[in-house]
Amino acid sequence: MFDHILSILIFFPALAGLFGFVIQKDSVRAYGVAVAAIEFALSLWLWYAFDANVSGMQFMEFLPLVPAFGINYILGVDGVSLFIIILASFFTMIGIASLSDTKNEKNMIITLLFLQMTMVGVFAALDAIVFYIFWELSLVPMLYIIGAWGGPLRIYASVKFFLYTFAGSLVMLVGMLFMAYYFYQATGTWSFAILDWYRLILPETFQLWLFVAFFIGFAIKVPMFPFHTWLPYAHGQAPTIGSVILAAILLKMGTYAFIRFSLPMFPDASVFFMFPIAVIAIIMIIYTAMVAYAQEDIKQVVAYSSISHMGVIILGTFALNVEGITGSVFLMIAHGVVSGALFLLVGVIYDRRHTKMMSEFGGLAQVMPRYATVFGLMLMASVGLPLTINFVGEFLSLLGFYKQSHILTLLAGVAIIVGAIYMLAAYKRMFFGNVTNEKNKNLPDVNTREWLALIPLAIITVWLGVYPKPVLEPINNSVESIVQLMHEKSITAEAKERIPNLIKDAEAATSAQEAH
Amino acid sequence: MLEPINVSLESLNLMTLAPMLIPIIGALLIITIDIIKGGLHKTLYVGLSLLFLLMDFGALLDASGVFAQNGTVMGVFDVMMIDGLAILSQFIIVGASMLFIPLALTHKRFHEFSYPEFFALFLFMIAGFQFMVATDNLILVFVGLETSSLALYTLIAMHNRDKSFEAAVKYFTMGALAAGFYSFGAMIFYALTGSVEINQIASVLTANKFEDMGFVLVAVVFMLASFGFKLSLVPFHTWAPDVYEGASAAMAGFMSIVPKIAAFIVVMRLFEFLVNSGVVWLEIVIYAFVVVTMTAANIWALIQTDVKRMLAYSSVSHAGFVMAAVLIGTTQANSALFLYWALFTFTNLGSFSMLWISRQKHLPAYQSSDHSYDKFAGMIQTAPMAAVIMAVFMLSLAGIPPFALFWGKVYMISSAVNADYKVLALIMALNSAIAGYYYLKLIVYMFMREPIVGSNGHVYVANATLSLKTIIGFAAIGTIFALIAVNPLLEFITSFVHASGF
Repeated sequence: MFDHILSILIFFPALAGLFGFVIQKDSVRAYGVAVAAIEFALSLWLWYAFDANVSGMQFMEFLPLVPAFGINYILGVDGVSLFIIILASFFTMIGIASLSDTKNEKNMIITLLFLQMTMVGVFAALDAIVFYIFWELSLVPMLYIIGAWGGPLRIYASVKFFLYTFAGSLVMLVGMLFMAYYFYQATGTWSFAILDWYRLILPETFQLWLFVAFFIGFAIKVPMFPFHTWLPYAHGQAPTIGSVILAAILLKMGTYAFIRFSLPMFPDASVFFMFPIAVIAIIMIIYTAMVAYAQEDIKQVVAYSSISHMGVIILGTFALNVEGITGSVFLMIAHGVVSGALFLLVGVIYDRRHTKMMSEFGGLAQVMPRYATVFGLMLMASVGLPLTINFVGEFLSLLGFYKQSHILTLLAGVAIIVGAIYMLAAYKRMFFGNVTNEKNKNLPDVNTREWLALIPLAIITVWLGVYPKPVLEPINNSVESIVQLMHEKSITAEAKERIPNLIKDAEAATSAQEAH
Repeated sequence: MLEPINVSLESLNLMTLAPMLIPIIGALLIITIDIIKGGLHKTLYVGLSLLFLLMDFGALLDASGVFAQNGTVMGVFDVMMIDGLAILSQFIIVGASMLFIPLALTHKRFHEFSYPEFFALFLFMIAGFQFMVATDNLILVFVGLETSSLALYTLIAMHNRDKSFEAAVKYFTMGALAAGFYSFGAMIFYALTGSVEINQIASVLTANKFEDMGFVLVAVVFMLASFGFKLSLVPFHTWAPDVYEGASAAMAGFMSIVPKIAAFIVVMRLFEFLVNSGVVWLEIVIYAFVVVTMTAANIWALIQTDVKRMLAYSSVSHAGFVMAAVLIGTTQANSALFLYWALFTFTNLGSFSMLWISRQKHLPAYQSSDHSYDKFAGMIQTAPMAAVIMAVFMLSLAGIPPFALFWGKVYMISSAVNADYKVLALIMALNSAIAGYYYLKLIVYMFMREPIVGSNGHVYVANATLSLKTIIGFAAIGTIFALIAVNPLLEFITSFVHASGF
């Protein structure tokens, strides 16, 4: 069964979603939770069976789709994608379990199951076209979730979300077709397999153009400044579950794709664009942090802080060394857990008061002490308090980039302090002081269904903050092989210098030991 | 004194005529039956038409077997030319017609289907299209073009609404103009080269190194205008939305597929040698046509308030997209044209059929036209299955993977990439993004708006019968599971296109 576990992970929720149509609509939530729990168990099994010492792809599957044009159904996971897949199945599970009462609940749950198929598919695909299929297909369920269950501006927000991403990914598709064409010219066979593309060494000018084509697709998805304008709308209008999945998983597709495509395929272009992208990332961190400070709506604060932290992930990725990339992958997971949890928490208060304006609240800590505790924990994690999950990722990302540029890293570090300011300010406005609004006097505290979602998240936040090794090690192994590949593939002198040669370093270390 | 000419019957190779003769015989049979006993039900004629189209398809399969073995077959004084392009396009023509004809079995009664002439004309029209694609001879192309066009005008007018008459007259006038342009262009080619056969024209023009470039220019301009009308390329597209709106939805779907593939074949035969022999200005002109047709039609489609008109502009845009294959002219591009059109057949016929089953005879007050966007508001709540199927067709038209048209788009853009048309590839991709908006608009109406008060789901399937649902089922399955069919289709098409030297 391990041979096809990835296919099972991808298509099981979709198949279950199809069966979901026949389930009676009051019972469908239990069905959804059951399916998502099985899926989560399968993904844990994947982790159990995953060999952390192997740096390459595992559980590879191969099936020819359009061999005449080099398109094959190729799947595989390494340390980078493994944990995001687990995260995706985990969030779908707690998302469905904690789903507050919605109209057309059945449609929502079936849509979520289809969305899960596309999410796992994106992270498991090792063929560019298969990747593209899932990447595009993930837009459709999200469009429906935002558009059908969102706030008053939901249609504008959902269409903007769709078109923005769609336009970007079509440019990326052209880039993929060029890449396949260059591969064809070099080898005489058509192939869209990513692992084949890794072997292709392109001249620098080609790399630059292709990097830009892929960058447009990925940057819109992340979303990087100045392509980020769709995200506040999408978050602002989406229902809680939509925001949770969007922030926790869908945004990670962009940053994951940078590591899977851009870095190993275009190492010289990555070095060439390292500083421009780092500057964009820092603008993104600082600017969105300042925007977040100006928000009146708690969900917008969380949304902008989420964009801000995505900037740190980008910065870590483009450190182009093992620490930075490992940190950014870890931060992807951390950011997924923390921002997902924050959106869930905003949803909790929204269900009670049907408003997200911070001015409506105040003194909630007296009325809802447990809620305030969990919110405080997640907020601290989001700010990057040591011994929480975010700290590990942020620290490693910044450490990685410190090796490339001290000044820029310092700037990014300052931005994190700004992050602490707006988050704590928001917390103060909502939770401290006296209860001024009559409506807040008798709010019920967190109920069982919400505990069910929040407790596991809180545990993970602390556990991986204190002891990140089980997750960090597999990531580190896979990242090392990616960095080594980049070093070997790069052609310009600057790239050779910027991207560390791990084998030489390791040899140097052992010889130094021997000298002692 | 004239020598008696001995032509052996075998050298005529009359079998090349078989695929065209079958629908003609069918049409004559239908008329004969009507003379002997009138007033028979439409199901009889639908059945007969389907039967003859099936036989036609069988004959094509036979012809494709012959082609795969012996290569191009000439026949009837070398007027008929059965090459790979002819066979592939006839497959699409006959296949799409087979999907179309059961759409006559509607729940409501419509005027045109009660006449057996409708079916006879339909079969004549198919024969006309088949002649048009299966020859190298400009005169036979003209005969085929006119046979099919005249039949088509009549079929549109038989829908018996004010708008249908308007549409038919408009189409007729434009078509007559196009026919005039065509004959004028053909005349100039004949004057230049002394031949009406495209390969002869090509070899003569190449031999004298295009020394009469001025005349070639005039001839090409006339030809471009003529086929611009037929393919509804901007700026010759103006008839398309009105005619689509006036014709019945089923007819409109048919028109967006079959006449265009026939015209594409002639355009491929005629223009590709010109583009490839380094006539630079023609390359520029066609480039402009492709870009303008794609982009302008997309922008017009954005502002439509009626789904049928939107689909009309969308098929104009798709025609522009496919026209790129003529510009690129590589084997891969030509194969992409067929792949695209085969997949487009399923998707577009499916979406027009969805409009057809929701055809109303009387409009409620809140609807400004028969298929306005408002009509589809909240369809997911009242008719979920129909809404999902319609959404799949829209997503496929927008090029969302893994639905049918995505594969056509990828292969077409890839052919542009491989032939070093970098900018064109990017324009094609971005146009798909623009097009995404108006397809999405229908999805937004269907899935995200509240239904209009008092509407029950019945209106969306008011016209549906089992046979219509079957056709839509075929189209939906073809659209969703295209993934499986792409590889065999691609190999088949590429081998045929390659073997006919395109």
